[in-house]
Amino acid sequence: MSVETIADDAVAVAGVGMHQWGKWGRNFVEYGVVAIERALADAGVDWSEVQFVAGGGTVRNGYPGYVAGATFAQAMGWTGIPISTSYAACASGVQAIQSARAQILAGFCDVAVVVGADTTPKGFLKPNEGGSGTDPDWLRFHLMGATNPTYFGMYARRRMELFGATEEDFAQVKVKNSAVGATNPNARYQKAFSLDEVMASPMVANPLRLLEICATSDGAAAMVLVSAERAAKMGLKSPVRITGVSTVTPSYPNAVIEMPNFSTDSAAGVAEPGPTFRDSIAAAAYAEAGVGPEDLDLAEVYDLSSALELDWYENIGLCPEGDAEKLLRDGETSLGGRCPVNPSGGLGAFGEAVPAQAIAQVCELTWQLRGQAGARQVEDAKVGLTINQGLFGHGSSVICQR
Amino acid sequence: MTVAQIATDSATFWDMASKNRVPAVEGWFTMDDTNPALIGSRCVDSGNYFFPKELEHSRVPGFGDSKLEEVQLSRTGTLWSWTDAAYAPPPPFVAQDPHVPFAIACVELAEEQMVIMGQVATGFSVEDLSMGMEMELTLETLYEDDDNEYIVWKWKPVGAGATGGEAS
Repeated sequence: MSVETIADDAVAVAGVGMHQWGKWGRNFVEYGVVAIERALADAGVDWSEVQFVAGGGTVRNGYPGYVAGATFAQAMGWTGIPISTSYAACASGVQAIQSARAQILAGFCDVAVVVGADTTPKGFLKPNEGGSGTDPDWLRFHLMGATNPTYFGMYARRRMELFGATEEDFAQVKVKNSAVGATNPNARYQKAFSLDEVMASPMVANPLRLLEICATSDGAAAMVLVSAERAAKMGLKSPVRITGVSTVTPSYPNAVIEMPNFSTDSAAGVAEPGPTFRDSIAAAAYAEAGVGPEDLDLAEVYDLSSALELDWYENIGLCPEGDAEKLLRDGETSLGGRCPVNPSGGLGAFGEAVPAQAIAQVCELTWQLRGQAGARQVEDAKVGLTINQGLFGHGSSVICQR
Repeated sequence: MTVAQIATDSATFWDMASKNRVPAVEGWFTMDDTNPALIGSRCVDSGNYFFPKELEHSRVPGFGDSKLEEVQLSRTGTLWSWTDAAYAPPPPFVAQDPHVPFAIACVELAEEQMVIMGQVATGFSVEDLSMGMEMELTLETLYEDDDNEYIVWKWKPVGAGATGGEAS
């Protein structure tokens, strides 16, 4: 048999596309349309064949952002197809993926487009107006001046105190990721930074420096997902398959302080917390895919800060808690290492385009598993994992296999 | 007490005489100048705590029917982690002009088994903080307008004097 079919319970990634990340200042819809057109071309699928659009929403671009699925269906040209829009902060993209995947697995459609795009303002992400006195996101800025980097700084300091991480370790994550990001045509910052340059950048949220905290970017990512049957009809040879998707929420009590909260859940009167929320995110994806951390050839993790990448090594099971610095120092997560992490360059090279980011992570896995990643190619990659977390308790992880 | 602190305190005194001291958020802490406390709530049946308080429905799974009572939380705890804001946070934070960097702490309360965030008291920087040190709740002015001083809770190292860097 010349065409290898895939299992009925998997969906195939038939095509992926991005609009380069940057600070272009144009309408987010333009970026999304470019990404969709590229994903369709990559898949060899015409827009008229698409039966469902799943959009990741954005809260920074007025009403069209709240209804992103419809916005992109209209921008591409109404064809009467159903749409969905998902908002889950940084995890919006994975919820859009899961929405399209569920439609396919339920048999409601067999060709779906997933898209996320954003145009972001300069500087710190800030809360939306309107919630004020009842919105914890508004209140944490107002009452404490707690920005997102405030939380990243807390986690980073804790790593230093508990596990002996150093400021150089954090900087080295940026050095590692910028070296590959420099070769990625979709990245915003295509520059390899030296350790000295990172260490010389100004402190933003002690112990984290400007070059270690992800910027906010414009950008877009899209993909075409198809059913196993459709993949076979299209003659896709060993397509990249999505074999696990995790959209878990925390379990009570959540004992780690998280954006935008003022406190952790108390554990005074209830059972001690089990696995942390972040540990539970990848666990659900592994369980569905039937693989484990030992099977990973690469991972795309949400490096909102350089130090956070180290937390994720442990959360996805690459090493026990406290050993992430050793993994980094030994080069095991660099290109050429045992399990390269963020071969795309990560958020450090892209900056964050919120609803696009989780989709972009899967685009990178797709290129890597197909062997199309050019200078940043992970050799012989067969299994990849993405992980991400959206504030207000949104887990996000996708496992792709080929 | 340093001369700088006395000067600051007397300036505060004169402001107090002319402005109302109002909480920056209603009902989150007692306006007690000497022994302020955060106001949380307790799920009576499970014994678990909430901050900010929940009074309508317990968030503890399986205890949705529990009575909830308002309680004052422990005034002291141990430092869980800390960072600072070297750049001015965006609105709705009311930043000074020019921005004065401040530290922010997460403090773990033993009785409640929870971690609560807050700014660190004026005059203390990240250099003054260390893992596990004892911190106590204090009240300070967050910002002011023509009529009011808006008060917020902060965490302050217990028994420590500000080591330089006094906001002057």
